[in-house]
Amino acid sequence: MSQDVFVVAEHLQGKIDDVTYELLGKARELAGQSGGHVVAVLMGSGIQNQAGSLGAADKVLYMDNAALEHFNPESYARALSHILEQNQPRLTLIPNTSMGMDLAAAVSVKNNLPLVAYATDVQIDNGQVVATSQLYGGKINVESVLEGDSSVVSVLAGSFAVDAGKQDGSPEVETVAAPDGLDQTRVRFKNLIQPEGGDVDITQQDILVSVGRGIQSEDNLPMVEELAEALGGALASSRPIVDNKWLPKTRQVGKSGLKVKPKLYFAVGISGAPEHIEGMKDAELIIAINTDPEAPIFEVAHFGVTEDLFDVVPALTEKLKG
Amino acid sequence: MNIIVPVKQVPDLVEELEINDDGTDLDRDYLSYKLNEFDEHALEEALLLKEEHGGTVTVIAFEGDDTDKVLYTAIAKGADRAVKITNDLPPGTPNHVLAKALASVLSGMEYDLILTGVQAADDRDGQLGVLLANYLDVPHVSVVSGVAPSNGAVTVQKEYAGGVMAEFEVDLPAVFGVQAARQTPRYAPVSRVRQVMRQAEIEEVEANDTEANIGSSIRRMFKPEKGAGAEMLEGSPEEIAEKIIKILQEKGIKK
Amino acid sequence: MASNKHSIDPDQIIEKEHVVQEGMDISGHWNRMFEQRVIWDYNTEMLDKVTALEGGESLGYCYQCGQCVPVCPVNLVGDYGPRKIFRRVQWGEDLFQSPLLWQCTTCMNCLRVCPKEVDMIQIMPAVRQEAVLEGYVPEELQQAFENTFDYGNPLGESPKKRAAWTKDAGVPVPIMKEKKQAEVLWFVECYPSYHPRGIDASKALARVLNELGVDFGILGVEEKCTCDSQRLAGEIGLFEEFAEQNIKTMKRYKFKKILVTDPHALNALRKEYPKYGGKYDVVHYTTFLAPMLEKLNFTKKLDYKVTFHDPCYLGRHNGEFEAPRQILQALPGVELIEMFRCRENSYCCGGGGGGMWLDGFMADHVSERLSERRVREAVEVGAEVLAVCCPYEVSRFEDAVKSTGNEGKLVVRDIIELVVEAMAAN
Repeated sequence: MSQDVFVVAEHLQGKIDDVTYELLGKARELAGQSGGHVVAVLMGSGIQNQAGSLGAADKVLYMDNAALEHFNPESYARALSHILEQNQPRLTLIPNTSMGMDLAAAVSVKNNLPLVAYATDVQIDNGQVVATSQLYGGKINVESVLEGDSSVVSVLAGSFAVDAGKQDGSPEVETVAAPDGLDQTRVRFKNLIQPEGGDVDITQQDILVSVGRGIQSEDNLPMVEELAEALGGALASSRPIVDNKWLPKTRQVGKSGLKVKPKLYFAVGISGAPEHIEGMKDAELIIAINTDPEAPIFEVAHFGVTEDLFDVVPALTEKLKG
Repeated sequence: MNIIVPVKQVPDLVEELEINDDGTDLDRDYLSYKLNEFDEHALEEALLLKEEHGGTVTVIAFEGDDTDKVLYTAIAKGADRAVKITNDLPPGTPNHVLAKALASVLSGMEYDLILTGVQAADDRDGQLGVLLANYLDVPHVSVVSGVAPSNGAVTVQKEYAGGVMAEFEVDLPAVFGVQAARQTPRYAPVSRVRQVMRQAEIEEVEANDTEANIGSSIRRMFKPEKGAGAEMLEGSPEEIAEKIIKILQEKGIKK
Repeated sequence: MASNKHSIDPDQIIEKEHVVQEGMDISGHWNRMFEQRVIWDYNTEMLDKVTALEGGESLGYCYQCGQCVPVCPVNLVGDYGPRKIFRRVQWGEDLFQSPLLWQCTTCMNCLRVCPKEVDMIQIMPAVRQEAVLEGYVPEELQQAFENTFDYGNPLGESPKKRAAWTKDAGVPVPIMKEKKQAEVLWFVECYPSYHPRGIDASKALARVLNELGVDFGILGVEEKCTCDSQRLAGEIGLFEEFAEQNIKTMKRYKFKKILVTDPHALNALRKEYPKYGGKYDVVHYTTFLAPMLEKLNFTKKLDYKVTFHDPCYLGRHNGEFEAPRQILQALPGVELIEMFRCRENSYCCGGGGGGMWLDGFMADHVSERLSERRVREAVEVGAEVLAVCCPYEVSRFEDAVKSTGNEGKLVVRDIIELVVEAMAAN
């Protein structure tokens, strides 16, 4: 039994995902409260050098095994279960991502550990782990107290700042032996499929100018595209625009499209159906233009404009170009 | 291939959700429930697999509001069997308990594949499919978007962020958390649902194990702070443009 | 599409340069008439599939006179028309899987002129029902069906909020659950309950009813969609489900008359509900108000040039052309101008028969929306106000005013909104 806070490092194609740093930063804060250490759990094959980017951890537990070369829900869950069994940390933070989903609930059952998922915050309060989950489509926050000496929280990506946990350094690396027969799995990795190239990844853009039904016609797209260029951002859209095939599916923001969290989300002629808002509400700055003052987009926007977009957009583009 | 699709009713997010007086649960007296949208995709994928490769689709739900309508609708879409678990497991029961109950029911059934929705709006204690797989000790993959049988196993695609996907070969039986079926979930014409309601039968079973260690309790539920709403920018288009540029400069987005 | 069997094999055309028949020289091009004329049979499989359906029979009556094509509102902006449907089905097109199936708005103008009474109002729902059962249903329409089944309205709004608009109506809007009986049961319907512009009209009507001292009540959260448009779009099960529920609900209350805002509800309650045991005296609000106009004190002069769009389901389907006009003409200052297509030959807003939920689909098949075409017609006759009295139309025409660049030239108002405006000083 320890007071350590474990963070399961997520990596794909040789790159540690930012969510790992977010969790490490939070873990530092929590370990300070619990009086334990921050331990990063790195599972893979031949990726010991990655430990250097996990400098925010006091220690890296590294398990190297051919069966861990690629993420595999079965071998990774067994490996993590083995590590948690041996170490019994106070708290284990796992990203609530595609990979993390396959691990958190698995070790909860395998190691009989309490689990709270979809967390956007974790605290240690009077010695108890308290996690706040974002449930019911973001409409309700649920604060749970986790019992016992060891528990697991899976945390939504984007909940904490990356900076606090992104430190290079040379944490102590402890190599852990893999459990026996780790390669005997019923799930076998075959290959990775890369996305069809060509289009921009709107989830990686700092600035998005997003268009909705209000632009009325495909012919008006270039006008908005020009604004996006002047701002140094990319063009995104709400669903009707993609349904009309004016823009490819890769540009669609919202529930059935992509979730984005840019520094600026500039909504042009978007009324703000909940499905759309779900995909963009976390943007740092939201500016919306819509002639309807009652449009729900103004509930999440920081700044709103009800003047005609066909007047405002060109005026803004012109001024930006100087 | 015999496929089981456990489905779950979740609070309908179209309605405004209210929190009860204790602040520890939703005010369930006024809630309406809706089938978890990801479960709709799991069912669709199961029906597509059945149509392509034969076999059966069995839908299992926990007794509750509108469960019968959900099950009849599933049959109208093409499911072969509908099973209702009759234990008193009210809405909001933690997934660990539901998974345990399902595991005890499923251990008495023949199946090759279990398809669940990848997640649900109320998965506070983890996703049902992964919990179920681990109670059953069968392999699992979540966030699956394509399932194809190959030589006694199945090949599935798991979605990662940024559009990358991993392909896995998985021995049967297995549990998959379905992110999206290959096509939009089909429509169940109401006349067919009504016909099914008159003719089809829902089997009832009782789970003999509903004990699971949840290890957490809800201390408080609250609504996220609602933004004060947008500050409206007024003036001529040029004036508005200038105001926007000023905001962008203040936020360090534009120099 | 099946192979075209109608092209004539050139090898079969025999023109004999010199022919002597029975001692007469008949050389020349015209002698091809001596060849056996090629007559071919149609494979009637696809046509039989339609005419075998209850309601589908009359497609077979078509004798291709083509009167329906110029009056068809969809043909005017696309390549469509009942005659063409018959012909293409005769040529082997499978109507059940064809995009043609979803373009008819069931406006009924073709039936009005058809000498053979080929009845698209029966044919379309019958074929669509089969298509829906087979899973051939455009996705956006499917969404409207699912919303209706789940929430009792095609907009997917909370059924608990169906009467939410009454809260700030400014006048009392009694709910039948509390009132139990009233002279008039006002069946509000979905768009007038939920759509912001529909709500505007509902509030206006509530005000007028109060002004007239009408003893009325609404069903509130107990009301469900009448589903007439869903029925015409092929979801007959959905129609039956909610017809049964509505009839059961209305049985609990005492009333003499049903007042509707929505001509589609008028059509359902008047013509379809009796088949399910619900027999009512149903009246559209324009018909109801027209004889009571002198009781309203119009104090404000509305100096508008107004044109009126006849809703298909009020006019052609239910024979009411006069009442809306009587109301408009009673409003002080209003100059009523008719559009070229009006009354029996009125154009269609495109929302009927499921068109309300097929805008994306239709965009691929028409050069402009029907509503856009109609708005241009209103502008052409010099109207400043396009008056309507069907809740589908306000939002459709307002969108069209924007997309045709006529903002500032034409506004769309429900007749009841104009009535309230003329009562302004009261």
